[in-house]
Amino acid sequence: MAEPKGPGAVSRALNAAWVRPVLFLLFIVVAWDLTIRLFRIPPYQIPAPGDVLAVLWSDWPELLRQAWPTTYATICGFLLSALFGIPVAMLIAGSKTVESYIYPLLVFSQSVPKIAIAPLFVVWFGFGIIPKVISAFLLGFFPVVVSAVQGFKSVDPDMVDLARAMQGSRFKVFCAVNLPHAMPAIFSGLKVSVTLAVVGAVVGEFVGSNSGIGYVLQRSIGTFDLPTMFAALVILALLGVVLFWIVDRIERFVIPWHVSQRDEFLFAA
Amino acid sequence: MNAATSPAVTNPSAAHLRVVSDRAAGDGKSGITLSGVSKTYRSRDGEVVSLKPLDFHINAGEFFVVVGPSGCGKSTLLKMISGLLAPSTGEVFVEGEAVTKPHGNVGIVFQNSLLLPWRNILANVMLPIDMKGLPRDKYLPRAKGLLKLVGLEGFEKKLPWQLSGGMQQRASICRALVHDPKIMLMDEPFGALDAMTRERMNVELMRIQRETGKTVLLITHSIPEAVFLADRVLVMTERPGSIAAIYDVPLPRPRSLDAMADPVFTELVQRIRKHFFTQSTLD
Repeated sequence: MAEPKGPGAVSRALNAAWVRPVLFLLFIVVAWDLTIRLFRIPPYQIPAPGDVLAVLWSDWPELLRQAWPTTYATICGFLLSALFGIPVAMLIAGSKTVESYIYPLLVFSQSVPKIAIAPLFVVWFGFGIIPKVISAFLLGFFPVVVSAVQGFKSVDPDMVDLARAMQGSRFKVFCAVNLPHAMPAIFSGLKVSVTLAVVGAVVGEFVGSNSGIGYVLQRSIGTFDLPTMFAALVILALLGVVLFWIVDRIERFVIPWHVSQRDEFLFAA
Repeated sequence: MNAATSPAVTNPSAAHLRVVSDRAAGDGKSGITLSGVSKTYRSRDGEVVSLKPLDFHINAGEFFVVVGPSGCGKSTLLKMISGLLAPSTGEVFVEGEAVTKPHGNVGIVFQNSLLLPWRNILANVMLPIDMKGLPRDKYLPRAKGLLKLVGLEGFEKKLPWQLSGGMQQRASICRALVHDPKIMLMDEPFGALDAMTRERMNVELMRIQRETGKTVLLITHSIPEAVFLADRVLVMTERPGSIAAIYDVPLPRPRSLDAMADPVFTELVQRIRKHFFTQSTLD
């Protein structure tokens, strides 16, 4: 909508949402490079950014091929945690009895380090996709439940009374009041969950897999191939960012009315 | 002190003081009747009496206002009439029917407008229709008509946060009326509004009540507001709540804000205020 000329165009470009993090990233990369040169850090400790970029460039097809199983496991695990987490949160928020039975155990189970039990899944399900999905699911599940419980519980009881006084059935009241009310909290849980699901998938690949970015990481550490390892980390970070962005977009689409989205909404209106 | 405890004796113009129980006033077919209704909550420290047995009748089309100190069980009363809460003893009758569960023959307005932030104003007003499963297309013109009645024409597609507090409360009044209930229950409906908006809303509420002919039960902390609005004012005692007195308000209708300068108005306000001063520990 603006002509890209004059000082105005520069400041406008600076104000675009994606420019600032990119600038900051560039700054970090330059600082990284300078530090290595300045302190003469050997490449077997920290590789130079140039080397990492070179690996990213040359091994791109291979990395992309390995990123696919990780992505797949992450998405499956994430969807499972949403699919199970939200109903479990409904039960916990809806019934004191269920809450008293389940919630403490759920918190207890979270103190068990997943990486310690991940080999168990390999024993049970072999070296396929399933252990990774389970691992991603286990890491992603908890934040969804905690946020959704908080969302379901924070609904104004007067609002529920109002809907009930109109002879709304429990289900109707839930769909019209409780569920939409909990949506913002559910989405903040989903955003945490999706990034943790990436970690979960990689943990699954660490302990027993012959494909995926986790496997690439494991192998490159074994051979002190640090540039490849860093390239794999970059791919993982990108994966996390893209998945987070997708959930964020869905959120904007589902709850355009929420306070956090109002600027955008006003702009659109 | 003595004068305050027995205002009926000391005040010469005590004609509009009613006795505590007036169960006989109703015909049993219309309006709201409470017979021996009390509420006791069970808490960890034992039983807490919220309301002592109440007996009174609200006539159809009457503007009935309850005033009382905080925690006198006013909101409990409202929930029992709407069928959300079962009384511990006694029975509530609405339009001659005993209330045992939500009957939908009420519209409720709370202190907060409680509009759903994801629904636009029109969809919010239509909420009771959705909840009751009534035909949408039949009630849509009615909802729009009500919005017009309260001066919100043209705001149908706005989201609640885009409206001022007074406008939101008007919308919630429309929501309370859209399914055409016989009764409107209002729990401190204008308590969150600024004083000027509040006065304007009071005048508007009286107009709406006159035009729709609803039976209104309104709960408030403000004695002048109670006297200004009401046909009758029920004064409640502190917890546990019971009826201190019921007053007739002999001000002619329609009333404008000028009614507040009427000697009858000021005298009645003064009289009701004395109820609370004798009860409170302040004196």
